[in-house]
Parts: sequence; structure tokens; C-alpha cells
Amino acid sequence: MSKIHVQDLNLYYSSFHALKDVSMNIEACRITSMIGPSGCGKSTLLRVFNRMNDLIDGVRIEGEVLIDGKNIFGRDILLSELRKRIGMVFQRPNPFPISIFENVAYGPRVHGLAKSKDLEGLVERCLSAVELWEVLKDKLHHSALSLSGEQQQRLCIARLLAIEPDVLLMDEPCSALDPIATAKIEELCFQLKERYTIVIVTHNMQQAARISDDVGFMLLGELVEFGQTDKIFTNPVDQRTNDYISGRFG
Amino acid sequence: MIISPRHTQKIAFSLLSLCTVLVIAPVFVIIALIVIRGGPGISWEFLTAMPRMGMKAGGIFPAIVGTLYLVSVTMLFAIPFGVLAAVYLVEYARDHALKRFVEVAIVNLAGVPSIVFGLFGLGLFVVFLKMGTSILAGALTLAIMTLPVIITSTKEALSTVPRSFREVSLSLGATGWQTIRHAVLPNALPGILTGIVLGLSRAAGETAPVLFTVAAFYLPRLPHSFFDQVMVLPYHLYVLSTQVPNVKPEVQYGTALVLVGMVLILNLFAVIIRARFRRRKQW
Repeated sequence: MSKIHVQDLNLYYSSFHALKDVSMNIEACRITSMIGPSGCGKSTLLRVFNRMNDLIDGVRIEGEVLIDGKNIFGRDILLSELRKRIGMVFQRPNPFPISIFENVAYGPRVHGLAKSKDLEGLVERCLSAVELWEVLKDKLHHSALSLSGEQQQRLCIARLLAIEPDVLLMDEPCSALDPIATAKIEELCFQLKERYTIVIVTHNMQQAARISDDVGFMLLGELVEFGQTDKIFTNPVDQRTNDYISGRFG
Repeated sequence: MIISPRHTQKIAFSLLSLCTVLVIAPVFVIIALIVIRGGPGISWEFLTAMPRMGMKAGGIFPAIVGTLYLVSVTMLFAIPFGVLAAVYLVEYARDHALKRFVEVAIVNLAGVPSIVFGLFGLGLFVVFLKMGTSILAGALTLAIMTLPVIITSTKEALSTVPRSFREVSLSLGATGWQTIRHAVLPNALPGILTGIVLGLSRAAGETAPVLFTVAAFYLPRLPHSFFDQVMVLPYHLYVLSTQVPNVKPEVQYGTALVLVGMVLILNLFAVIIRARFRRRKQW
């Protein structure tokens, strides 16, 4: 059974048809990238999985999304439980303007996961997982905003790991970072995929080719093609995919 | 005749700076006048003693205490209702007709003349609800008058908190209330405090709303309960200036100086809070 199963998904922003009959399967412990030109609906699709689109007025969703076999639009779904399992990393690093420690502790505190004694251990584990612990262990009480962009993005990932999700949704996580920082975040994704299912939206085709196991190409709300990365990049079936990856538009 | 651009520039510059100077001039003139004429009247006795000889001598202690007491009780009512209503309007209410109606009502409330609040307080609290002329009635009247200030500034403070804070918090599985409590309110707090202090200083300086609801003409003792009348500074000043003959100017201006000083100190707090926050704020 696939981790995320999408069947005939349609999404409308009022009268705008943003996702059209999207069907796909995302497998556990793999990196899946979604590529496509701006406005093609890839971020919208990502925000379906943790139901962040609920925040927008006038959104209508049809179709089915099953995560671990369970319909995420079902009546018995608790939004906070769903979002705890399906975490999200945003385009711009967005730590809270509080200390590094408090940033990581935010999620566990909200969910009542750890007593204050275990909390320190948890923060250490999460910061270690994103390789920030050694650098920051003496600065835990400094403001998170004093970190570099790349460190902030790592911190945001650590903050996410602290609530023990099993899917990580990444919405162009490197678009605000320089190439070296980008390479480091990509390396981190490689390490994380052993334990987490990662879905990453990216503008950058090289990035998709480098890090992902599967790739979906989207255009004007349609999922044009979905398959293994090497296949999509070397031997696409659809002419539009071919045009896009060979740089003819987008 | 054609004036060269160099000259129009000079004329425009002089005109603009002249207007600016004229705008701030009254502030300095008022403060200077009050300080010069009221300064000699200020003494330890003036601040801490009861008034004597038909308020022509002695101190203004009961009016100072009355004002502080009244403003504190006012805030007891105005802060929770104002802040919580603003949180509801910004964070919870969807954009529908009722929300827009409430917002228009708040704007209009801010535009109601203060004497109308006084009469409203007299009608509702003093007479209809039988509170009598009391701190409670006066504080409720002032609270209603202060509400728009607090609501408006709280709304503003909340809407300057970046959307991304709310998104992240919700995406981590926090509920709406947890998000407001832990991600939004702490970052809006300085703005909210500023609004509260400004509302407070407005309440401290108003005469008309307290005129019929709480203010005592002459009451040389301190209040014991919510249902007591008190002397308050703005009304006391009015009385000294118009109702009592032959009051020495240093008593009148001294009272004005104390009132202005209290309000300025409060406003200074607001400025300090805002400045400190601006230094810390980095997003």
C-alpha cells in the first residue's frame, strides 16, 4: 500500500480550477518531487496533503486522498492529528522570533509530548538530526533570527522532526538559499528519507533530478506525467514533459 | 512671470517647514505656560494633602487618588473586553456582514462626543441600573469610551504579526487557540500594551463622561468602595477654573500640571514600549 494515494483529485479556488483530475501514488521512504512552471498547482497539491488549503476561503475539493489508507477528508479526521503526522517545511525559513530551544520545543509543548526533562533530550536529538547540535549547543537560548538562512531552514526542519511526523512536505525549501546551502539541505533530505516520506516541490529541475526517486510533472493543474526520476528525465512519454525538461518553456 | 525651479523648491521647503513648526508650537506653548504658572504651586503638601478653605488652599490628593482609582477600574473592564473582541475580529471572524457591521459600529463609537458618553452613563448605569454616582458607573462609562481605542490598536497589533507565524503553528498541528496564544499574542503584545496605555491616558483626561457619573465637587476623603463618589483631576480643574471664585492661579495651573504630567508619563510609557519592541523586531 502506498503512503499517499491520490485519486481523481480536483480543487477549485472559487471558480478557478486549480487541480484537475490528479491521481498518483507516493511511496514511503522515498523522495518524490513535483516540478512544473509557476502556478501549475504543485504547491496547492502539497497543501492538500496537510489540509492547509482549509485556511483559504472558497476552496472546494473533490476526489480522494488516502494517507496510510485513511481518507484525510473523512469526518473522523482531527486536523491537529493529521498535521502532526504530515509536517511542512515552507519556502522561506520561518522560525518564530524566540530562542532556538523554544522553536524546537514549540511542537512538543503544543501536543503535550514531553515533560520538561525529556524536552532537553528531544531538542538535542532533533538538532542533531539536522546537524545543528554541535554548532548551536552553547547558543540554545539565542534568538533563532540570529541564524543564517540555511541554519534557519535546518532549524525549521528540526522543529518539525520534534513532533515526530512521518511525511515531510517541502515547499521549495531551498528557493531562498544560495547553492552551497542548497546542497547541504539536499544532503539532509537524503539522510531523512530513511525514516520519512518526503514530498518536495521545486522550481529547480537539477534539484529534482539530483535528489528524488520519483518525479511528477505538472502543468496548468494537470499531473502530466509521474514516474521514476531517471525515466522521466531520460525518456519522458509526454511531449510537454520533454519540452519542459529540455528547457523549451517554464 | 516664470519662477525658476530653484526658487519654487525654496518656497515649497519654507512653506512645509513653517507648517510643521506651527503644528508643534501649541504643544510647547501649552506645556510652557502650565509649567511656568503651575510650577510654583507644586509642593509635597499640594500632592499629598486634602483641599482646604473651599479648595482654595491645601492639596489635591483625593483628586489624584480618585483619578488613579477610576482609571484602574476602567481598565479592569476595558482591557478584557477590548482585547478579546479584537482577537475574535482578527483571528476568528470570517468576512461576513455581521463582522463588517461590528467594525463600523466600533469606528462610530470612537466618533461619539464624550459628553454623549456622559449622558449615556448617567441614563444607563447611574439611573437605570441604580449604581448611583459611583466609581463603578464612571468606570463603566469610561470603559465604553476607551473600548474603540483598545480594539483598534489591538487589531492593528495582531495584523502586523506575519501570516507565516500562524501558518507554521497550524502546520505543526497546533489548534487555532494554541496558535493565537503561543504564536500570535506574544508578538502582538507590545502593540496591544501601547494601545492600552493610550486608552488609559485618554480615560484619565476626560471630563464630560465623569461629570454625571462619578465626579464629586468637593469630597475631602478617600474612597472606600466601588460605590463611592470620588474627586477626579479633570473635573476638579474645571471646578477650580469656573465654579470657585478667587482661586490662586498657581493652584489652578498646578492642578493642570499634575494632570498633564500624569498623561504625559503614561504616553511616555507607550513610546518606550514601542521603541524597545522596534529594536527587537527583526522580521
